[in-house]
Amino acid sequence: MLEKTGVPDPEQVKDITPSEERLQKGPVVIVECFQNIPCDPCRHACRQGAIKEFEDINDLPEVDHDLCNGCGLCISECPGLAIFVIDATYSEEEGLVKMPYEYLPLPEENEEVTGTDTEGRPICSARVIKVQNAKALDRTPVVTLAVPRQHLMKVRSFVRKGGE
Amino acid sequence: MTSLQKPEIAIVGGGPAGLSAALSAVRQGAEVMLIDRDPALGGQLVKQTHMFFGSRKEYAAIRGIDIPGKLMAALEEEGPEKFKPLLDTTVLGYYDDGVILADKEEEQAMLIKPQKTIIATGAAEKMLPFPGNDLPGVYGAGAVQTLMNVYGIKPGTRVLMIGAGNIGLIVSYQLLQAGVEVAAIIEGAPKIGGYLVHATKARRAGIPIKTSHTIKEAYGKDSVEGALICSLDENWCAIPGSDLDMKVDVICLAVGLTPQTELLWQAGCEQKYIPELGGYVPLRNEKMQTSLPDLYVAGDVACIEEAGSAMVEGKIAGLYAAADLGYAEKVEERYTSYYRELEELRAGPTGAKIRQGLSRLNGGV
Repeated sequence: MLEKTGVPDPEQVKDITPSEERLQKGPVVIVECFQNIPCDPCRHACRQGAIKEFEDINDLPEVDHDLCNGCGLCISECPGLAIFVIDATYSEEEGLVKMPYEYLPLPEENEEVTGTDTEGRPICSARVIKVQNAKALDRTPVVTLAVPRQHLMKVRSFVRKGGE
Repeated sequence: MTSLQKPEIAIVGGGPAGLSAALSAVRQGAEVMLIDRDPALGGQLVKQTHMFFGSRKEYAAIRGIDIPGKLMAALEEEGPEKFKPLLDTTVLGYYDDGVILADKEEEQAMLIKPQKTIIATGAAEKMLPFPGNDLPGVYGAGAVQTLMNVYGIKPGTRVLMIGAGNIGLIVSYQLLQAGVEVAAIIEGAPKIGGYLVHATKARRAGIPIKTSHTIKEAYGKDSVEGALICSLDENWCAIPGSDLDMKVDVICLAVGLTPQTELLWQAGCEQKYIPELGGYVPLRNEKMQTSLPDLYVAGDVACIEEAGSAMVEGKIAGLYAAADLGYAEKVEERYTSYYRELEELRAGPTGAKIRQGLSRLNGGV
């Protein structure tokens, strides 16, 4: 139970998972925000109108996956670092997970790392595809990992091999 | 002997509430003296390296450390000649005749008699009683943050965090960012108190969160070498046989805040004990004016809450302190917009405790 453990329940994750049909069309946002708190930068970050306008600042973000083009502008804008973009169309075996990553040193592109889940458990090998750290990201770098496709909804962080 | 200074408005405390109050009062046209004991303005903001929540008007998605600079730039634009910061200056007393005694850099006594005073002194951390809590290595979370984020010093190598409120969760994450291991976050309550996104961030980085757990004792010869923790049943009683020995060299306490109301007591403001708001808090009206007409409050000293709400309260206090001096332009209009903003911030489930506390404060029960 999220409130007790800090780990989202499988049911909660299922509710925010885009349809298989949408996943086949390309990159799409995953917003892992499950608590009504006063916060709305995500919806101001989205230029596609995919995150619906809030009636109340305490609303949960409501995502229209069909309007989302997976641009990822919202990732570094979320104060809770709860937004990811996944792309199931990367290759036959692999998909991409884009995630916020605020630790130094940053990984290198093409580096092999270990993908970890919402409990920090290692679940698979992953490869760093891209590391974005432009000024506009305001010190919340965005790292893109290639992971086995079945782990796209599981990998939410990573550890570097040979220590942190 | 020192001469008496007579600013129109004095603000005690240059954190988010005090700085916002200064900006709001200067914008009305009043002249403001802002007194802070630290060498730089910003209060606790100077170590908040994470992005803030809340609304865009109150700097959501901006890092706390970047907010003082934005407020200072706005003050610079509004009228630098009206704004006088007094740094390295500790207010020691507030006297019957409205005179503030302050101490500048521990060598110069100052007497200040403002027409209006805004107290924005913030909060102090609570302590937790347990054997060994006086060992070196037991820190308050604020001290850990200051060491790491202001001075670049690691407090130790492996930390046990006590408290899963926002501060405990955020400081745990910042410890990881500084390269310090966090053995666990433990929390006496059965649920995580802070925002769950902070909790998931700590969890996916591998930090266990143990709710219904408390610390029994800290041990070590000259400093902390470990801690015994145990689980609690639904009545908050230790479950026999549940002891766990954690080898850590730092125990970090993040067990809540309490308003720093000493100056308000000295001034003779009416106060009331409201647990939901953090302890004794001053009675005040919608203008943030206390039972003493020349004394206003804003921020954590009035109610333990988020920095976003503290900033809005500061705007309201600054607005009315200035308006009462005759700087009354657009007061109603501005107040309405600030009030609406506060209501929005407090409207959700996480604001329930604050709403309940405020209604008890005003309801007189």
